[in-house]
Amino acid sequence: MQYLLMLYANEGGWSKLTKEQQEQAAAAYGAYAQALTKEGVLKGSNRLQSGASATTVRVVDGKSQVLDGPYADSKEQLGGYFLIDVPDLDAALSWAARCPGASHGTVEVRPVWQMM
Amino acid sequence: MTAGNGDEQARIAADAIARRSYGKLVAFLAARTHDVAAAEDALSEAFAAALAEWPVKGRPTNPEAWLLTVARRRMIDGARHRRVSELAADDLRAVAQGLDAAAEETEIPDQRLALMFACAHPAIDAGIRAPLMLQVVLGLDAKAIASAFLMSPAAMGKRLVRAKQKIRQAGIPFRVPTCEELPARLDAVLDALYATFTEGWTDPAGTDAARRDFADEAMFLVRLAAELMPEEAETLGLLALVLYAQARRSARRDTRGEFIPLAEQTATLWDASMINEAEALLRRASTLGAIGRYQLEAALQSAHIAGRRSGHPDWTAIVQFYDALFELTRSPVVAINRALAIAELRGAEAALETMPDDTADARLGDYQPYWAARAELLSRTGAVDDAHRAYDMAIGLERDEAIRRFLQNRQAALRIVRH
Repeated sequence: MQYLLMLYANEGGWSKLTKEQQEQAAAAYGAYAQALTKEGVLKGSNRLQSGASATTVRVVDGKSQVLDGPYADSKEQLGGYFLIDVPDLDAALSWAARCPGASHGTVEVRPVWQMM
Repeated sequence: MTAGNGDEQARIAADAIARRSYGKLVAFLAARTHDVAAAEDALSEAFAAALAEWPVKGRPTNPEAWLLTVARRRMIDGARHRRVSELAADDLRAVAQGLDAAAEETEIPDQRLALMFACAHPAIDAGIRAPLMLQVVLGLDAKAIASAFLMSPAAMGKRLVRAKQKIRQAGIPFRVPTCEELPARLDAVLDALYATFTEGWTDPAGTDAARRDFADEAMFLVRLAAELMPEEAETLGLLALVLYAQARRSARRDTRGEFIPLAEQTATLWDASMINEAEALLRRASTLGAIGRYQLEAALQSAHIAGRRSGHPDWTAIVQFYDALFELTRSPVVAINRALAIAELRGAEAALETMPDDTADARLGDYQPYWAARAELLSRTGAVDDAHRAYDMAIGLERDEAIRRFLQNRQAALRIVRH
């Protein structure tokens, strides 16, 4: 099954880190992605720009409404994702627990809708 | 069995098989697809078919295999009718192959333990784990479960459906966790099992006909878990604990349904064989070298029972057990019970000092046993007015009429002492 690991974190956190800490964090993510690749479970991954860079679009009565800012205006924002393919939820949860994002934020694990 | 034994006999036979085999069949049918609801639907049709056929054609020599064969046919038909996307064709083929193999064998593999772990998975809401086990492992219907859990049948039905959807959609596996994950996961299973039992206790007199009592079913589940995990000390501890409680069941109420506290129960009404079994289980658990909450609670029951039988409760040991239990759980409920034991050892004043504080923990303000314990301790220190007020709180919070009357009598006795 495929699962999307969505990494939510307090966006203010990153800028408060020293350059050295940022490098360490980036290295941790690199190692994590490498482990996923090595196990052959990684299907895709990206880091996202901050919530401030987000724009939302809704079409109401045929007109598109474009708004500045993220969908949910909360402190914790979606900062990136890993798409993985593993046998079951337990495997997905164990990968989520290893993700550096779980230590400084929250990782939401969602099964991908399976199309046959 | 010969044909024509009547519908009643077929129903009894089906019921007996249901209890023994239901969970096994569900586990087997749903192991690959994770689709508990589809397995249950198919199985209930198989049971209906059994009720129709067995009285006429006689009971098959292998009823489990018979039910499995019918259920499997229904499941495959059902899947064909649904959108293909809902069930992978590969899964279907696997189910069919597995079932063919199973139908030929007399023994269906017992995956009920895996099923229990799926029901008590951390991804399942803790409040629905016990009802889910009762339904999925024993086949009880949502309406009956709802009445034991004081929930409307509609709400219970909805929550059960949602939990099963979660198992399927999230891909919760049907397997016993590996060694390193086991301790935490086992705790969740045992907590859910214990909840099936404690909920079954809420109407011990059986006075409310609309409410089902699940103590027997819960006992069956706990026993099953102990049989399937004989090397887990806490599983044995839990079985011992529920046996101690069950052994004293008929002594907890008098003939008029009035509540009787442990200290005043007639010990001869206790079920000695259950107590003996519990003692043996506890001894065996203690040799496994993994002490835990349920063993400590069972040990407390054992100490209380021994104390009542001998007339000399070992309060030092009892307080030590409570200390250990509190260390482990940090539960205010444990602190309350410990205070009552401390009162026997060092007096009510000392006990009151160890009581948790309802201003520090708001949940205690709504907790009947907290106020009842306070009232009891206060009355022993002679603080009659404070005790009276505490009884007022306890009485106002108690749902069970018999226990309410018991508290009211205690409260009334305060005045008799005073005058």
